[in-house]
Amino acid sequence: MALELAVEQANLPELSADQLRQLYRLMVAVRHLDESAIRWQRQGLIPGYAPELGQEAAQVGSGFALDMTRDFVFPTYREMGVARTAGVDMVQYMSTHKAVWHGGLYDPAASRFAPIQAVVAGSVLHAVGWAHAQTLDAEPGQERGAAITYFGDGASSQGDVHEAMNFAAVLKAPVVFFVQNNGWAISVPTERQVAGGSVAARAAGYGIPSLQVDGNDVVAVAQATAAALAHARAGNGPAVIEAMTYRRGPHSTSDDPGRYRTLDEERAAAGEDPLARMRARLLEAGIADEAFFADALAAAKAEEEQIRTGLEALGPRPGTEMFDFVYQEPTEALKAQAAAWREESEHV
Amino acid sequence: MSEHMTLGDLDAAQANREAADAAQAKGHAETVTAPAAAEGAEGRVETLSMQQALNRALADVMEENPRTVILGEDVGRLGGVFRITDGLQARFGEQRVFDTPLAESGILGMSVGLAMAGYHPIPEVQFDGFAYPAINQIVCQVGRMNYRSRGTLPMPITLRVPSFGGIRAPEHHGESLESLFAHVPGLKVVSPADPEQAYHLLKHAATRPDPVIFMEPKSRYWQKGPVNVGGAGFQPGGSRVARTGKHVTLVAWGAMVARCLQVAELAAEDGIEVEVLDLRWLKPIDTAGLAASVSKTRRAVVVHEAPLTAGLGAEVAALITERCFGTLRAPVERVTGFDVPYPSGDLEDEYIPNIDRILFGIQRVLEYRRG
Repeated sequence: MALELAVEQANLPELSADQLRQLYRLMVAVRHLDESAIRWQRQGLIPGYAPELGQEAAQVGSGFALDMTRDFVFPTYREMGVARTAGVDMVQYMSTHKAVWHGGLYDPAASRFAPIQAVVAGSVLHAVGWAHAQTLDAEPGQERGAAITYFGDGASSQGDVHEAMNFAAVLKAPVVFFVQNNGWAISVPTERQVAGGSVAARAAGYGIPSLQVDGNDVVAVAQATAAALAHARAGNGPAVIEAMTYRRGPHSTSDDPGRYRTLDEERAAAGEDPLARMRARLLEAGIADEAFFADALAAAKAEEEQIRTGLEALGPRPGTEMFDFVYQEPTEALKAQAAAWREESEHV
Repeated sequence: MSEHMTLGDLDAAQANREAADAAQAKGHAETVTAPAAAEGAEGRVETLSMQQALNRALADVMEENPRTVILGEDVGRLGGVFRITDGLQARFGEQRVFDTPLAESGILGMSVGLAMAGYHPIPEVQFDGFAYPAINQIVCQVGRMNYRSRGTLPMPITLRVPSFGGIRAPEHHGESLESLFAHVPGLKVVSPADPEQAYHLLKHAATRPDPVIFMEPKSRYWQKGPVNVGGAGFQPGGSRVARTGKHVTLVAWGAMVARCLQVAELAAEDGIEVEVLDLRWLKPIDTAGLAASVSKTRRAVVVHEAPLTAGLGAEVAALITERCFGTLRAPVERVTGFDVPYPSGDLEDEYIPNIDRILFGIQRVLEYRRG
């Protein structure tokens, strides 16, 4: 017996024409930055990148629903679109892909966007802990900030996801589990990953309301996420959203999808491009024209240029930072290692 | 007096050991000399078991910092399987002292999130062996979030782990994980040896901005001793000379400190003055304290319950050798558990370093001759 998250009953305002255009602008900016990042890798500016081609609607739509004054995002390493939508500094975000700093250089506390990390599902539990803290901070009946945690169909196999959903349901923690089911965990397709075919369906077992949404429909994603966040903020506990989408690109710039899927299979399974769908929607609604699309693309290019310039200017961090951030109160032993490193490193 | 113990001495020591072990089995191994309660200049000296001392420390930090929360399996209504959190939920409420579902990765992962939101979580892992399911969160998250976030998301998490063996418990209830934890960047590791240490070290650990793995010697939970409750002047850092001696230094922590003190008593009867260094902090290790003691005694035996290979004794031996190579009279000895899975209760006395084995270790360093 699945508990469906009732988007219609959430009484959310319809997205305005301005908001719809804003969604498109964000998607174009993300698409252009994503494609550029692959070129940067080919050109040697960055050593690697995990593209999100095809997931723009899922990421921009969900990010758009957030209230960054009180919510908090727990990403993996493929949430560039969410970061951009949530207002994270993109040079500092991209710095992780330039191998400058593992978590990215942005301030995660101020950005309300947890550090990027590579252990899939690692941060899903953190979202539950952070969310429970909001419950502890809130007066009974008072609205609270919500956590949103992103993970994929592959990460959903991790035990931590089960523990997180169970903990969240038991504690009624205000957390939204946002699953991007993009069909692939590197080379393994969803049917060999997710028994039963749906992560959202599992939510019923925890008594968590859930919704499987067309992840390539940015408006549907934004509305579903807004409903889930409203549910969580009101103190009703967690919600699960499974955005069904498709990883159109490789897992990373080191991946070779030709070894596990053909181009024909890709085209057949990917469905319609989420960006093209949004463009058609705006045209159909008569709220955008060619000049608007051209302007959105120009803005995306200008933004990418700025980010690229910032990234090029970004040098390596001083080696002392290896030691500086291990502890708040560093040990004498670590200070001694730092001193020895400094003494024995001629280039310092 | 001779610097060398003879095997005859060891036979005498054996008889004494049996008497001491019999006394320990009855729970009277250590005589409590402090008054039941006395007002000291700096606090109030009470006779408490380690369980009571830890409970008191938790109550104190919960009182002092409203953003301290306790979470874990059975820590609420039950007060924990060892009753360390006894009465705390009733006193501080179900919001601040709460039972979690039975999943250690969840407990630690949730603690990370609570810390990110500005809380100071004190999670309990019910037994040492149940820390294994949480290792991913401990190593990849607790130990690294401060680093990953460039110091903007500190991890003031105090992970309490009832540790070590000696209580004839089932499998996974008697493990010694200190070398595993000590190897992880970003963590600090400490283990108290007696109620006084337990009270003050836990209060200290639970107010630090960095993650501390607090390894409680569960076989010592019910041993009583004087505790200067609320008293200032306690030195929380570094090691502690638990007994002064000049012929050899025994380096130990947790439950092995009491055992080494017993050994020192027995050795004293043969004129061997053993210094017992309670290491306390297993990360960072008090290198200066080690060097000070061993520079004086010129001999060292490290005693731990954990398996020998890559155990913390190896690290201690290396640190002593680095600092005291010129003055050492003998290679540093290690008296430890064996490279075997922690055995069942019937065999644990064969596994945990006993008085005989520690005395043999002392004998080896005393009798060692170069070439």
